[in-house]
Amino acid sequence: MGISQIITLIVAILLIGFILWWFFGKHQEAVGTATVDQGTQEANIVVKGGYSPSTVVLKQGVPAKVNFDMNDSTACLSHVVFEQLGVDKDLTKQKITTIDIPTDKKGTYNFACGMDMFHGKVVVK
Amino acid sequence: MKLSNIKRFWISFILSIPMLIQMFAMPFHWMMPGYNWIAFITTTIIMAISAAPYWSSAWAAFKHHSANMNTLVAVGTAVAYFYSIFAMFTGHEVYFESAAFVTVFVLLGDAMEEQMHNNASNALAKLIDLQAKDAEVERNGEFVKVPLDQVKVGDIIRVKPGEKVPVDGVIVDGSTTIDESMVTGESMPVTKKKGDDVVGSTININGTFNFKATKVGSDTMLSQIVDLVKKAQTSHAPIQNLTDKISNIFVPAVLIIAIITFVIWYVFLNAPLVTALLFAVSVVVIACPCALGLATPTALMVGTARSAKMGVLIKNGEVLEEVSDLDTVVFDKTGTITVGKPQVTDVVGDQNKVLTIAASLEENSEHPLATAVVKKAKEDKIALAQVKKFAAIEGKGVRASYDGQTAFVGSDRLLEDISISQEMKDQAIKLQKEAKTVVYVGLGQEIIGLIAIQDVPKPSSKAAIAELKKRGLKTIMLTGDNPNVANAIGKEVGIDQVIAGVLPTEKAAEIKKLQDEGRKVAFVGDGINDAPALSTADVGIAMGSGTDVAIESGGIVLVQNDLMGVVRALDISKKTFNRIKLNLFWALIYNTIGIPIAAGLFMGLGLTLSPELAGLAMAFSSVSVVTSSLLLNKTKIAGEAA
Repeated sequence: MGISQIITLIVAILLIGFILWWFFGKHQEAVGTATVDQGTQEANIVVKGGYSPSTVVLKQGVPAKVNFDMNDSTACLSHVVFEQLGVDKDLTKQKITTIDIPTDKKGTYNFACGMDMFHGKVVVK
Repeated sequence: MKLSNIKRFWISFILSIPMLIQMFAMPFHWMMPGYNWIAFITTTIIMAISAAPYWSSAWAAFKHHSANMNTLVAVGTAVAYFYSIFAMFTGHEVYFESAAFVTVFVLLGDAMEEQMHNNASNALAKLIDLQAKDAEVERNGEFVKVPLDQVKVGDIIRVKPGEKVPVDGVIVDGSTTIDESMVTGESMPVTKKKGDDVVGSTININGTFNFKATKVGSDTMLSQIVDLVKKAQTSHAPIQNLTDKISNIFVPAVLIIAIITFVIWYVFLNAPLVTALLFAVSVVVIACPCALGLATPTALMVGTARSAKMGVLIKNGEVLEEVSDLDTVVFDKTGTITVGKPQVTDVVGDQNKVLTIAASLEENSEHPLATAVVKKAKEDKIALAQVKKFAAIEGKGVRASYDGQTAFVGSDRLLEDISISQEMKDQAIKLQKEAKTVVYVGLGQEIIGLIAIQDVPKPSSKAAIAELKKRGLKTIMLTGDNPNVANAIGKEVGIDQVIAGVLPTEKAAEIKKLQDEGRKVAFVGDGINDAPALSTADVGIAMGSGTDVAIESGGIVLVQNDLMGVVRALDISKKTFNRIKLNLFWALIYNTIGIPIAAGLFMGLGLTLSPELAGLAMAFSSVSVVTSSLLLNKTKIAGEAA
C-alpha cells in the first residue's frame, strides 16, 4: 500500500465521518414567523434546495397567506403539496406562489415537494 | 437566464454531439483532432447552463443539512468534470463525456417526467372544465344570461335542450331527460320531471325546464367531488412511510457507498485512480431516488381521477391500502341491496279495517314501511281516522288509542305481549318466506290482521354480489328484518350469509364482531343510522343517494345508487394499490441491483455500468414509473360504462 493510498483511506474515513455528522447529527432549524399587517398575515418561504425556513408559525384567527419564492430551477422542487388541504401547486409557472392557509383552528399543516422528498410545515397557534 | 428543462436538454444535447461521434468512432481508432479542447469547451457550456442549477440547488440543500437527488447529480457531474480538467492539464485521459451525458440524460428524465406529471393531473382540470360558464336566470320576470358566479340559491333558472345544467337544484316546471354520466358514470340518460333533483354540469338532452337553485358555488355536487378528488390525490398512502424513511437516509448513504467503492477499488484492489473514480461516479448517478418518490403519488393521482369519472370517489390513499386486504363485504339491506321503496303486496284479515287502523297509526311515523302502508291506504281511498295518545314502542312498532281501544302496528317483536291465532301465524310465515316483511296490526288484546310489504332487490344487486363472490369475498347482509324475509331476499340475490333481526344501533357492533373473528370488513350502506357502521368497518362505502352524514363517514363514496359501483370501487382501488406496489418494487429493485453493478461488483462477469449508462438508466427508471401509473387509465374495470 503506497503513501497516496494510505492518505486516500484516511481522507475517505474522515469524509464518511463528516457526512454522518453533517446529515444525521442534531442541527438547529430556523423557524419563520409571519408579519401581521392590517388584519392579515403573510409569511415567505424561499425555495432553493429545500424550504427555508422549513417551519412557519402563524397566529390563529388571522387570515394567512404563505408565499413560496421559487429560486430553484431543477424539477425536484417544482411542486408544493399540502396534503391536508388538498393543494398541489406548480411553483414554476410564476416566481412567487401564494397559498391561503385556514387559521380558524390550531394545528399543523405539513407540506412537501411533489415527490415527498422535501418537507416543511405550517403551524397555526 | 430562465430556460425550461426541455430547452436546456436540446442545447446540451446538440453540444454533446461531437463527444457522441468520438465515442462511436473510438472502436475504429479514430481520434477527433483537438478532441480534448472541443470536449472541454462544450462540456463547460453544458455544465454552466444545465448542471449548474443542480449544483446550486444541491449546495443550498447541503447548507440545510439535507441531501437529495440533486446532490447526487451534482456530485456525479462535478467529480467527472473537475477530474477531467485536472486530467487534461496533467496529460491523462479525460472523461468530459461522462459529465456531459449524465447531465443530458438527467435533464431528459426531468423534462419527460414533468410532461407526464402534467398529463396525470390533467384529469382533474377536465372535471372542473365540465362546469357551465353562465346561466339563464329569472330576474324581474325575464330570463337573462348571467355569469355562473352570480347565480344565487333560490334563483329560478331555465335550461334549454343541449345546454348544461349550471348548478344543483330542483325542477319546478317542465320535464326532460338528462345525461348525468359525468357525475354518476351512468351512461343511460335519466328522465326528470317536476320535483326531481338536477345536478350542476350534467347535460340536458331534449326538454326545456325551469329549476330552483339549491346549491351554488363550492356547495354544488361537482365542486364537492372535485374537492374530494383533490384531497385524495394529495393524500398519503401508509405504504409511503417506507419511502419517506428511506429518502431521509438514502442520499447520504449512497454518498458513503460511493466513497467506500472508491476506496476498495483504489486502495485495496490497486485499481488505477480513474477506474475507481468512474465506479464511484456511476454509483452516485444510478442511485437517484426519483422513481421511488414518484411511485405512489403518480399512481394515486391517476387512480383517483379515473375512479371519479366512473362515479366512485375514493377519499384517500389509506382506503386503497385497506381495500386490498378485504375478505368480507357487509351490506345493509334496505336501500342498498333493495330499492328502498317498499310496497304493500298483501293484506290479511278484514282489508278495510286492517288498513284503516294501520294507516291511521302509521301516518305519524317516518319509518319507510309506514310510508308504504299510508300510500296503499291512499291508493285504496281509505279514510284515515283520528288517533290519540300516539307512542312509539322502541324497536317494536307504534301504539295509539283508536275508537276507545288500544291499537298497535309493528313487527313480530310485538308478539311477545300479544296473542295471535295459529292461522295468522302460518299466514305470516308463508308471506315471510316470499321475502315479504310482515307488519302485525292489533286491536285490544289480539292481532286482527297482517300487512305484507315487499321491498324488491335492485336489478343489479344479484350480478354485483356474484361478481364479489367471484373475487373470493364473503358477502353478508345485515338487516333489522325478520329472518324469514331476510333469508328469502338473501337467497334471491345469492348472498352468502344473512344476519337478521339486528336493531339499527347494533349494526356497528355486528361489524365489530366480524372484525374480532379476524375478518377485514367493508360495509356498504346509506342511511343516517349506518354512519357508525360505516366508520367501524375497515372500509366504509357510502351509497350516493345517502345522506351527508353517511358520505362523511364513508372511505369510498358511490355517486350512483347501484351495487355494481361496489365492484368497481373495489376493483379500481385494488388495481391502483397494486400499481403502487409494482412501482415501488421496480424503483427499489432498480436501486438495489443498479448500485452493486455500478460499483463494479460484477466486473468478473463483464457486467459494468459507465456513468453515462447509469444516467440513462436513471432517467429511464423515473419515466417508466410514471408511464406505469398512466397505464392505470387503460386497465379494464368491471362493469364500466363504455
